[in-house]
Amino acid sequence: MFSRLSDKLQDVFKDLRGHGRISEKNITDALRDVRMALLDADVHFQVAKDFIARVKDKAMGEEVLRSVTPGQQIVKIFHDELTTLLGGDAAPLNLTKPARILVVGLNGAGKTTSSAKLARLLKSQGRAPQLIACDLHRPAAIAQLATLAEQVGVPVYQPQAGETDVLKVGREAVAWCDQTPGDVQIYDTAGRQDLDEPLIEELRRLKEFLQPQEILIVCDAATGQQAVNVAEKFHAALGLTGIILTKLDGDARGGAALSLREVTKQPIKFAGVGEKIEQFEQFYPDRLAGRILGMGDVVSLVEKA
Amino acid sequence: MPLKFLQKFVAQYSAGPADWDALEEALLRADLGVSMTTHILEAVRKRGLDVNAQTAAEVCREEILKVLPPAGPPPMPLPDRPSVVLVVGVNGTGKTTSSAKLARWFTSGGFGCLLVAADTFRAAAIEQLEAWGKRLDIEVLKGQYGGDSAALCFDAWNSAHRRKIPYLICDTAGRLHTKSNLMQELSKVKRTIGKHDPTAPRECLLVVDATTGSNAIVQAKEFHEAVGLTGIILTKLDGSGKGGAAVAIQHELGIPTRFIGTGEKPEDFAAFDRDTFVNTIL
Ligand SMILES: Nc1nc2c(ncn2[C@@H]2O[C@H](COP(=O)(O)OP(=O)(O)OP(=O)(O)O)[C@@H](O)[C@H]2O)c(=O)[nH]1
Ligand SMILES: Nc1nc2c(ncn2[C@@H]2O[C@H](COP(=O)(O)OP(=O)(O)OP(=O)(O)O)[C@@H](O)[C@H]2O)c(=O)[nH]1
Ligand SMILES: [Mg+2]
Ligand SMILES: [Mg+2]
Repeated sequence: MFSRLSDKLQDVFKDLRGHGRISEKNITDALRDVRMALLDADVHFQVAKDFIARVKDKAMGEEVLRSVTPGQQIVKIFHDELTTLLGGDAAPLNLTKPARILVVGLNGAGKTTSSAKLARLLKSQGRAPQLIACDLHRPAAIAQLATLAEQVGVPVYQPQAGETDVLKVGREAVAWCDQTPGDVQIYDTAGRQDLDEPLIEELRRLKEFLQPQEILIVCDAATGQQAVNVAEKFHAALGLTGIILTKLDGDARGGAALSLREVTKQPIKFAGVGEKIEQFEQFYPDRLAGRILGMGDVVSLVEKA
Repeated sequence: MPLKFLQKFVAQYSAGPADWDALEEALLRADLGVSMTTHILEAVRKRGLDVNAQTAAEVCREEILKVLPPAGPPPMPLPDRPSVVLVVGVNGTGKTTSSAKLARWFTSGGFGCLLVAADTFRAAAIEQLEAWGKRLDIEVLKGQYGGDSAALCFDAWNSAHRRKIPYLICDTAGRLHTKSNLMQELSKVKRTIGKHDPTAPRECLLVVDATTGSNAIVQAKEFHEAVGLTGIILTKLDGSGKGGAAVAIQHELGIPTRFIGTGEKPEDFAAFDRDTFVNTIL
């Protein structure tokens, strides 16, 4: 239904340029279209609403109104606001000893893959990661992590088949880590839904025991409006310290990332960009901002406006 | 417990006229998408701008039901050859789990079923399906990691045919619809099975995660183009995702939702029922 938001914005701003001055009315009209386009990119409706209000505030500012190129100014405000919102202060991982990273999230988000990818990344940076399989739930979850660990070449703790007590596994894993060379422990947990109270509680207890420095939520870039509920629930239960956004190699616009940022106020630390173990990178806020707005190159858009 | 936004909305405003913002919000929250939401709101607007909330809610419900077809009869086995079900979708939506659940659904209906571990790519994908097979006591045919899944499905067809097993469920690897080489590989699986039986596969089911937003429609479009979908399996409805995208998929592409997944256990699976679905959405 929507042409790319960039086309939309171009039209809107060409229109604005026609007016000698920008008025509240024509900005409001323009922003209404932009809001729909944000919703179409899976930005949560409340987040979109607040965001538009902020942009409008700035756009109505003196500077913009007096500028000779108000349209360009507004595009820039958009992009900058979005980048700020997505960026935050992306601190590096806190890896003071004993460095423990707990990886959590919904079913199928990409936790196991991302755990192994993170191990690979840390290894390439000279650390000695250890992988710990805490998913006792999904069939062959342990085998999956073990296979990936072998590919990466890092030691992996595999609980006994049939074990169901995650806390017990946590205790045993910590003891195993002490005996095994390594300086950062990555715990892969079972996928769970945010409404599943017993499973969320299980995670809370595991966190209490491990006292991890980092609790990273893994989220699929194609997540819709429920990203807010998910972030609220996991954050309230665990106190998240960061976000891993996966499957960015697809064409999902990734509006869910805005929800995760708004709710948790925690940085998006990494991006999964493919199924292969090396397809994992640092997160670039301005790339995702451009993607959510549907425009790759904001600078050239500004020039055309 | 799904939040009943619309019911709350009705309770709050039933005395007065509809609050258009709240109505829009309720529809968007269910991931119906901008296009579907606009469509529904248009229908409500036809009742007049001062429509009361009760009527507005009813119109929404009617509009969604208008889009969703009533359930058809369950498929019966073919008399002379296996019915192949190809299970496809993007990464992590629940294909393997749903394949196993579907196999259980067929066997508990009294029909024999073979599972094919046609994901030869993802780490431990074969072990995962094998574990399911063991748990459900359903035979799993497998090949090698890195092997050709089309050839595997082709051989599996022979095996099912020879042994007169009515259903053959192929669990394929997750792939993003944007990867043309992987999509071609999937078309090849379909073509290869078609060498045995030009009408096969009988079903191509796309597994869609109910928490997915607007991308679900793009996924459906691309997979439909590659293999010709006959239905959707909507998974993870036990979470807070409402799966509204399924309505948009039906509306825009005419692909019906056939089954739902409501948990990780094999019995957390059911034929799609539009009335129940509309109730959880609204
Ligand atoms: N294309 C792509 N696929 C990914 C990415 N990250 C993970 N995947 C795939 O997504 C699927 C699910 O990944 P897993 O790592 O098993 O997800 P999980 O969160 O551990 O799943 P559960 O443990 O069952 O909850 C697999 O097919 C992965 O290969 C990514 O960045 N891009
Ligand atoms: N809560 C819930 N979890 C589900 C449902 N269906 C599948 N899952 C879970 O989702 C995760 C991914 O399921 P899989 O069956 O491995 O997904 P897949 O599509 O085969 O994944 P890939 O083959 O890696 O692309 C697992 O943790 C499953 O247990 C469901 O209906 N509800
Ligand atoms: Mg996992
Ligand atoms: Mg699978």
